Amino acid sequence: MEEEARDLKLFKTYQKNLSRERKWTIIWQLIIFISFFALWEISSRFYWIDPLLFSSPSHIVTLLIEKFKDGSMVVHAQVTLFETILGFILGTIIGILIAACLWLLPRLANILDPYLVILNAMPKVALGPIIIVALGPGYTSIIAMGAIVSVIITTIVIYTGFKEVDPNYLKVLQSFRATRWICFKEAIFPATLPVMISTLKVNVGLAWVGVIVGEFLVSKEGLGYLIVYGFQVFDFTLVMASLILIAIFAAVMYKIVEKLEKKLIKND
Amino acid sequence: MAFLKLEHVSHLYFTTKTYTKALDDISLSINRGEFVSILGSSGCGKSTLLSIIAGILKQTKGKVLLNNKPLQQSEHALGYMLQQDYLFPWKTIIDNVLIGLKVRKMLSEDTKNKALKLLDEVGLPQLEDTYPNELSGGMRQRVALVRTLMTNPEILLLDEPFSALDYQTKLKLENLVYRLLKQYRKTAILVTHDIGEAISLSDRIILMDTNPGRISTIVDVPDVLREKMPFLVRRQPSYQQLFDQIWEVLNRGSDENGRGGT
Repeated sequence: MEEEARDLKLFKTYQKNLSRERKWTIIWQLIIFISFFALWEISSRFYWIDPLLFSSPSHIVTLLIEKFKDGSMVVHAQVTLFETILGFILGTIIGILIAACLWLLPRLANILDPYLVILNAMPKVALGPIIIVALGPGYTSIIAMGAIVSVIITTIVIYTGFKEVDPNYLKVLQSFRATRWICFKEAIFPATLPVMISTLKVNVGLAWVGVIVGEFLVSKEGLGYLIVYGFQVFDFTLVMASLILIAIFAAVMYKIVEKLEKKLIKND
Repeated sequence: MAFLKLEHVSHLYFTTKTYTKALDDISLSINRGEFVSILGSSGCGKSTLLSIIAGILKQTKGKVLLNNKPLQQSEHALGYMLQQDYLFPWKTIIDNVLIGLKVRKMLSEDTKNKALKLLDEVGLPQLEDTYPNELSGGMRQRVALVRTLMTNPEILLLDEPFSALDYQTKLKLENLVYRLLKQYRKTAILVTHDIGEAISLSDRIILMDTNPGRISTIVDVPDVLREKMPFLVRRQPSYQQLFDQIWEVLNRGSDENGRGGT
């Protein structure tokens, strides 16, 4: 009995230490957050930095409240979010589909290999003007930009993942006379799921790059448009406000992907 | 009459720079219900031979006949057990066991009940809904055995299926495999480098030479040993005798190779 009580006490101490550690982490994170914005605000007020160029948190918040009230910011945010999510999903799905085709048709993979290498090395945003000319100056072009930045790297990473699956899993299936398609469906695809999820995480970031650059080039709406517009009329409060919104949305998307990961990969 | 027949089978592995001969002129016939072991040191092509019989690899020369028909045209199912269990970690035990039938599109309520019964028989009752990572190595290999048996294969190909297990588990599993194979009258080919395992399980032992893989000697296991369970075989006086005899042959082979190499 006494022994048990002592063990329980040790366990309690361990738990307490753990939660104290967690508390400290959060406290430090808050300190950094608050001091960053406080310093920004103060240095802007006292003209240590040029408030015209670097704005200040209070200006940004006022602007955001105002723009959300009159509904204009909601429209811009919606447009960009819509484009990014669609670009992200399209890029990922098309990338996975191409990777699947390459695995199912090894000869095709050999033939296309150098083209993939070149396409991957090329900066995709440089294709922007061509895409806009081809698809017209609208949502389609911008979504295509969001997708195209991630599609090639998705293809390469996932195809590599497919190839790295332990061949003995295939041996098991082949001994039952499974076709290549069944091998893909039963072993290759599920075994590569963790790789796909980590690609999703990378693609969240890439889709934002594509969409914002797309909006820089062509759009009449969206957060990327606001950044360019703010820059042109020298309203850097607007630029900063858009940036902060983008950071928040990107973080939320990343968290959603993380939730998805926990849900899909439960047997490890 | 021979059930499985290999006629002058050779196999070459090609790389861009060179080629190696893994198997050289293997001729062999195995009867229905027989348990044959292929024994040899690593690199003698024994796993290659098994892959060819399983139909996973196509031999570069020679013929493989199953029931007098070329292997590719044969209707018979083959069961293949590997060194490790290779259970799919994302599938439950029952789904792992039924994968062979799923591939062959033979799933039904009946087969599922049969699978549950077989799992029970190998000592894994009520585990069908767990995942492989919740089981021990020995349990996982038993699941793999059930998976192999589920398609009702005429021939079982065992590629060192006990080598990754600890000694105690290995002995127990040997007994289980032996009992099940005799009970269902299966033909089996075991690839191993463990002389004791080969003697205790087989009716016939094929000794192979290395570089290229060739049949050197075929040893018939005496009836006294054949009829006993694997665990008991190891206690027979004639077991040690046969062990020494095989040891001799294998050593002679490797000595010759050693001299050839220098």
